[in-house]
Parts: sequence; C-alpha cells; structure tokens
Amino acid sequence: MSTTPSFESPQSEPAISVHDLRVSYGEREVLHGINFDVLPGETLVILGGSGSGKSTLLRTLVGLEKPSAGEILIKGQDLAKASSSQLDEIRKKIGMSFQGGALFGSMTVGENVALPLREHTHLEESTIEIIVRLKLEQVGLEGFEYYMPSQLSGGMKKRAALARALAMDPEIMFFDEPSAGLDPIIAAGIDELILHLKRAFRITIIVVTHELASAFLIADRMLLIDRGNVLALGTPQEMRSSTQPRVRQFLDRVPEPEIAGELDYLQMLTAERPSSKRTAEERG
Amino acid sequence: MEFVTQIGESTLNSLGYLGSLVSLGGRAAYYTVAGPLQGKPVLLKRAISQAMECGVRALPILSLITFFIGLILALQAAYELRRFGAMSAVATAVAISMSRELGPLVTAIVVIGRSGSAFAAEIGTMKVSEEIDALETMAISPIRFLVAPKFLAMMLMLPCLTIWANTMGILGGALFGVAKADFTFARYIRASIDSLFLHDITTGLLKSVMFGITIAAVGCLEGLSTGAGAEQVGRSTTRAVVMSIFLVIVVDLFFTALFFFAGNQ
Repeated sequence: MSTTPSFESPQSEPAISVHDLRVSYGEREVLHGINFDVLPGETLVILGGSGSGKSTLLRTLVGLEKPSAGEILIKGQDLAKASSSQLDEIRKKIGMSFQGGALFGSMTVGENVALPLREHTHLEESTIEIIVRLKLEQVGLEGFEYYMPSQLSGGMKKRAALARALAMDPEIMFFDEPSAGLDPIIAAGIDELILHLKRAFRITIIVVTHELASAFLIADRMLLIDRGNVLALGTPQEMRSSTQPRVRQFLDRVPEPEIAGELDYLQMLTAERPSSKRTAEERG
Repeated sequence: MEFVTQIGESTLNSLGYLGSLVSLGGRAAYYTVAGPLQGKPVLLKRAISQAMECGVRALPILSLITFFIGLILALQAAYELRRFGAMSAVATAVAISMSRELGPLVTAIVVIGRSGSAFAAEIGTMKVSEEIDALETMAISPIRFLVAPKFLAMMLMLPCLTIWANTMGILGGALFGVAKADFTFARYIRASIDSLFLHDITTGLLKSVMFGITIAAVGCLEGLSTGAGAEQVGRSTTRAVVMSIFLVIVVDLFFTALFFFAGNQ
C-alpha cells in the first residue's frame, strides 16, 4: 500500500494551519509553540508518548481548550479568536471521534447518529432515517439503529461514534486514539475505515495515536510531539530514515534511560539533558 | 493573620461558587427564553421527559413523606394545644405550617435526593466519558441540550409537587383530627381551607420555584465541574446533595424574611 501523497499541489490553501500554538493549564505550559500545516485531503498522524501534549493539541484543534497564544486557522478562520457562533459554524464542518466513542448512553445508536442532523438541519425525519442507515452501513453497522450503546462492543462503539461524526459530512475528521483498547484485528478494521474515508471522500484527517504500526499505515505525514514541542514533521519515509536520537528512540521503542540501571540514573540526574535545557531556555 | 487570610479565601471561594451558579442559571434562562427567537428552540421533548422523571415519578414517595409530616405536625401541635383545650386549632396549625413552610421545604429535600443527585451523576458521567466534549464538537451547546431542560422541568414541577405535598400534609393532619380531635373529615378540611389566606399558599409556591432553580443549578454545576475519573462522579453527587440542601435553606430564610418584612405577614 502506497503512503505517498498524490494530491499535493503547492498553491492549495492548507485545511488547517497552526502558528506558534501555546496552551497552558494554569501556570503550567504544556505546548510550547507548535507550528504545522495540514493540506486538504491529507492524513496527518500526531505521534507522541504519554504526557507529550498530543491529546491537548487535538483538544485545542477542535476548540475544547483555549490556546494561551498563537493561532489555529481552520479553512482560513482563526479558531482562537472566533465568537461562539463562528466556532459553531467551524465545528459543523469537522467531525471528532473520541477515544471511548462518547456515544450518548441514553439514546439508541440511530438517535446518536441522527442527533447532529436533527439539531443542525431541517431535513425531514424520513430523510434523516435514510442518512442514518447509510452512515451506519458505511462503518459496517447496518441494522444496529435500535441498539443501545451499552449493548455494543468496544470496536462497534467506535464505529458507531465514527458514523455520528460523519453524519454532517465533515471536511475534516479528528481521531483520538482510534485503536486504543481494541484487539489487533478490530484495530486493523478501524485503520481500514480511516483509509477508506481518505480515498473515497478525500476528507482531511488528523489522527492522534501512539500505535506505530497503524500510524505508518495511514499517514501521509507524521508529526512527532515530545514534551510540548514538535520534534519532527515529515512523511513516513522521512521519519524512518531520521537520525534524530529522540525520534529514533520513539520509533525503535527504546525505553527511557530511567529504567536502565542505577548508575545511568545517577548520570542522568547529574548530566544536562538537551531537551530539558531547551525547555528551560524557552520558558525564560 | 493566617486566620484572616483563610476567612478571606473561603469568602472569595463562596462568592465564586455563587457566581458560577448565577452564570449557569443565566445561560440556561438565555437558551430557554432567547434561544427560540434565534431559531434554537428549547428542547421541549427533553424538558417533558425530565419533568416526568423529577416530578411525576416523585409522587408516591413524596405523598407518603408529606402525609406523615402532616400527621407529625398534628401530633406536635396537639401536644401544646391540648393544655388550652384548643384542639380545634390543630387544623389551622397544620394547614399554615404545611403551606407556608414545610410543604415547599420537604418537597425540595425529596427532589434533591431524587433529582438533584441524579442531575449531578448524569452530567458528571457524561463529562467523564467525554460526552459533553462530544456535544461541544458537534456544535450543540450542553447548556441548551442538557441544562436548560432540567431548569425548565424543575421550575414547573416544584410548585406542582408543593401543592400536592400541602394537600397530602393536610390529609395527614386530618387523620389525627378525625381520630383524636372530634373533627369529621369534612369539617377538618373546611377548617383547613378557612384558615389559609391566598398569600400563605402563593409565598410557599414562590419559594418552591426558587428552590427548583437552586436545585437544578447546583446539580448541573456540580455535574459539569466533575473532574476526570469515575470516583469524581460520586464526589460531585454528594456535593450536589449537600450544597443543594444548604442553599435551599438559605434561599428559604431569605424569602421568608423578605415576605415577613415586606408585608408583615
């Protein structure tokens, strides 16, 4: 399967453009100036370890966290400066698939998928029913309209949530850990779905994950986040051939030096680590 | 000095909490009143199902409790009135204390236990499982979708439940009146109705509307401010019950004093 982007045209306006994005929780800054662009139709995979700030980045991109500085342009509109009604307009163009699905437990699967349509469109009830059936079919859940989310397995919940996110035909889809907590076969199925969305509908896709295999499979480009900074940005090939030590450490799954041995640990405490020094400089 | 700082801090915290409650109430009111003008009608279907849940389904337990409260009031009143040979005043005592004070208050406390806690638990669980975030990314305001229907349901149901509670309390008193105080049932009811002025009932109902707003605001705010993790839902639920009971008593005191000084009633 080829992962080279075949659509890139230099003059096309990026679907998402992030400039010097900083996000803080209280006093603590977790993202220290992130820059990247996502082109229309491109699939960008955001990689990073636990606590690297990748989930915060995703939450900020969909407007769930307010950045403390910088701008996020989605289709040319700045998310950070948008009024709440402008934000709603932007959000109608995006879909988000949450880690646990986040289906509404009090509604059936069909009602979950129909909710954005009922809220934002004036479609006839019969039309909505047809769209719901189509969307569920798209994710391989035909016939599950009347099930409650609690009756579905983890993988089915994710598929149903994906159907809900696709209900409004979004131009940009965000995925938070799409394969977390799923067995390899189901996870591969979700990857297939993402690839299908990309090929069939040319949706711009942003995926946050720490599953390397799935990342290399679906990505056009990858963004590696480490301790709130962009460590590397490039195509899967570029990432594979990268010689940057932290990139290699992440891709080769080398454990943090803490676990290596007492002596190393002592050395690590006394020696200056380049990454922590850099963060300290940045914070002033 | 530290003591003073602590007092200052907790005062600021309390004011901050009240501020959040008022702001939440304001936003819920905005979506109920102004929302429909902008083509975002309040979700009546959801409000009705909330009203069923927190109103109609509360009737059996509320009836039982307020019937007993009426009976207890009659017994306590009779304990003192018996010495003056004024057993006929039992009906008046029960009717007035039920409709002015205990009807609204006991109703509020039953509703806090059933619905205030449920609001916090429901919204808290949705917060923990990212359902609130999901609403927001779908451009659906959680305030309009979840909070406003609960406010509407509570504001409408609490007065209705209070009227029911008053009636059941008077019936409870009637049981004692008929059994022990030489009333016939019809005379007891007549005496109760005669002893009540309209403002006895309306002040009680006005208070119950305020109680409904308070309970909805605290339950929803505690739910929305639930932190990460399932055990936080339990904490929010407990806090919702304790804070609601406290604030309902404060609101009760405020309005009772207001009616007293405003009208000398």
